[in-house]
Amino acid sequence: MAKRIDVSGLTAYYGSHKAIEDISMTIEPRSVTAFIGPSGCGKSTFLRTLNRMHEVTPGGRVEGKVLLDSEDLYGAGVDPVAVRREVGMVFQRPNPFPTMSIFDNVAAGLRLNGRYKKSELADIVEKSLRGANLWNEVKDRLHKPGAGLSGGQQQRLCIARAIAVEPKVLLMDEPCSALDPISTLAIEDLIGQLKQRFTIVIVTHNMQQAARVSDRTAFFNLAAVGKPGRLIEIDDTERIFSNPSVQATEDYISGRFG
Amino acid sequence: MSHAAIAGTRTERDRSSLHGARLPRWSPYAIALGAAALAVLVGTLAGLHSRIQWGLIAAALFVLGLYGASARVEGLRRAKDRLATSLVWAAFLLAVVPLVSLIWTTLTCGVKVLDVHFLTHSMGVVADTEPGGGIYHAIVGSLQQVGLATLIGAPIGVLTAIYLVEYGRGRLARAVTFFVDVMTGIPSIVAGLFILSLMLILKMQPFGFAGSLALAILMMPVVVRSTEEMLKLVPNELREASLALGVPKWRTILKVVLPTSIGGITTGVVLAVARIAGETAPVMLLVFGNPFINNNPFEGAQASLPLYIYQQYANSAGSGAAYDRAWAASLTLIAFVMLLNLGARGIARWKAPRTGR
Ligand SMILES: Nc1ncnc2c1ncn2[C@@H]1O[C@H](COP(=O)(O)OP(=O)(O)OP(=O)(O)O)[C@@H](O)[C@H]1O
Ligand SMILES: [Mg+2]
Repeated sequence: MAKRIDVSGLTAYYGSHKAIEDISMTIEPRSVTAFIGPSGCGKSTFLRTLNRMHEVTPGGRVEGKVLLDSEDLYGAGVDPVAVRREVGMVFQRPNPFPTMSIFDNVAAGLRLNGRYKKSELADIVEKSLRGANLWNEVKDRLHKPGAGLSGGQQQRLCIARAIAVEPKVLLMDEPCSALDPISTLAIEDLIGQLKQRFTIVIVTHNMQQAARVSDRTAFFNLAAVGKPGRLIEIDDTERIFSNPSVQATEDYISGRFG
Repeated sequence: MSHAAIAGTRTERDRSSLHGARLPRWSPYAIALGAAALAVLVGTLAGLHSRIQWGLIAAALFVLGLYGASARVEGLRRAKDRLATSLVWAAFLLAVVPLVSLIWTTLTCGVKVLDVHFLTHSMGVVADTEPGGGIYHAIVGSLQQVGLATLIGAPIGVLTAIYLVEYGRGRLARAVTFFVDVMTGIPSIVAGLFILSLMLILKMQPFGFAGSLALAILMMPVVVRSTEEMLKLVPNELREASLALGVPKWRTILKVVLPTSIGGITTGVVLAVARIAGETAPVMLLVFGNPFINNNPFEGAQASLPLYIYQQYANSAGSGAAYDRAWAASLTLIAFVMLLNLGARGIARWKAPRTGR
């Protein structure tokens, strides 16, 4: 189910501003890849090019190739809506739909795409909520508003919503940045379980988190303010944190700058 | 100066800045009473007849008195706070007094002839100067014209707003925004004349739907503006959350953006309906008025409530019966608009995004 991502020569713009330049990397299926790097170096931008959400921003433009199991996401005739069904996304701030109940939030992706059987819906919702470690906390109030949950619960609700549509790849942009250590741990555990089924990419500012959850780590940096961000190196997480091949990576990880 | 002395004064001052002297709670009321008494005194002595003048004098005395007393006891910052508070209250009262007076007058004058007979009969067999008759024909006309205008104006307005907020980029969007701005400023009589010129070209007689068209023109820009504001309030994160689930944009708008803002949009539409329900000028030109009941908005002259009010007043020839009917019709119109507003509030509350547990 999980799919491999092959990026080559990817450059992304906001209008005339080049945000990231010439990024190439391979993301293995059924693994967790962490993106680290200083603020503004283009981690979110790069992440959003992986499911064509970048072009939703006015002026957003992409050059280069992103192969999802050898199919180019930016090829002619590719429907961005179909891409986003394969590559799901969890955002930095929890964003449940305020008009919907907990149940409806999880079911939203299926309902809005009109691709489900009525009888299966309840099962899928339960499975997704269990998958997001949220079932026990909400099973008695599935029909209460989703916005009435705590921040950490809302974030797990958003994860449940994202995995309910069974994407092949799950992108997470700083999913724990607004959460307490316990919720963070819950989500990290969850990532460990989800990687059995999905390819996971996670952006984080937390070195320990990257070291804990990821198999591979990519370090991004920008040469100077106003210059586009670049991929400095990508390697096994253990190597990046013990013996990186680039000096800048070691400086960043050991906190000598950035 | 020794250290101890400085520390001493500092704690003194700190305490006094935290527990500043306050005027007693009753003081504003006392000052209000005093100001009123003084105003009565000044008013009688100076021989001012108008109660409005008395009120203004009392208000000015109150504001000055409270400011003075507060500045003396509590210091300048609190005094300014009190001054601003009393000015805001004065502005509020200035706005509310005419409203209350208007509703009171309409109510007392309107209830005289407002009964079931009045609501269920037309003016067909009653001369304008005689007592009797009613507004049934005008209610029918108003409901049909305003209803049809809403059926045309509200969807076009909402769709235009959706285009502007969700899709509109570049030249076309700027042009649409510009024309909506221009339309907002069209006087109602001009909208009426526009439709009238079409009717003259097509050699048509006045009929209800022509009025609806003019009313729809007046309604559209109001709906566009209010809907636009409501759609802009929907956080972008919700749109992105939906798009990231692989939901097409049009479904995102239909199932996420609109439900989130539906309360505000409905309120805006209802306020626009309330606005056009009171329009007289285009109705006079295009629908003409008719003392008989005409249930067909597509053929023949019709009546309408605002037009009825105007005609009763204009054709009364000093007859008290006509005046009473005009007041009763006004009361009905106000009640209709108020019911609409209440309904809108109900919908807004019912549909508001839920955050409770
Ligand atoms: N909507 C936008 N319009 C224009 N420029 C943008 C937009 N979003 C981001 N940028 C620019 O793109 C560059 C990369 O931003 P991005 O959000 O990808 O950084 P990031 O690595 O995710 O930072 P952070 O760690 O703070 O989240 C920045 O220079 C930023 O100013
Ligand atoms: Mg970011």
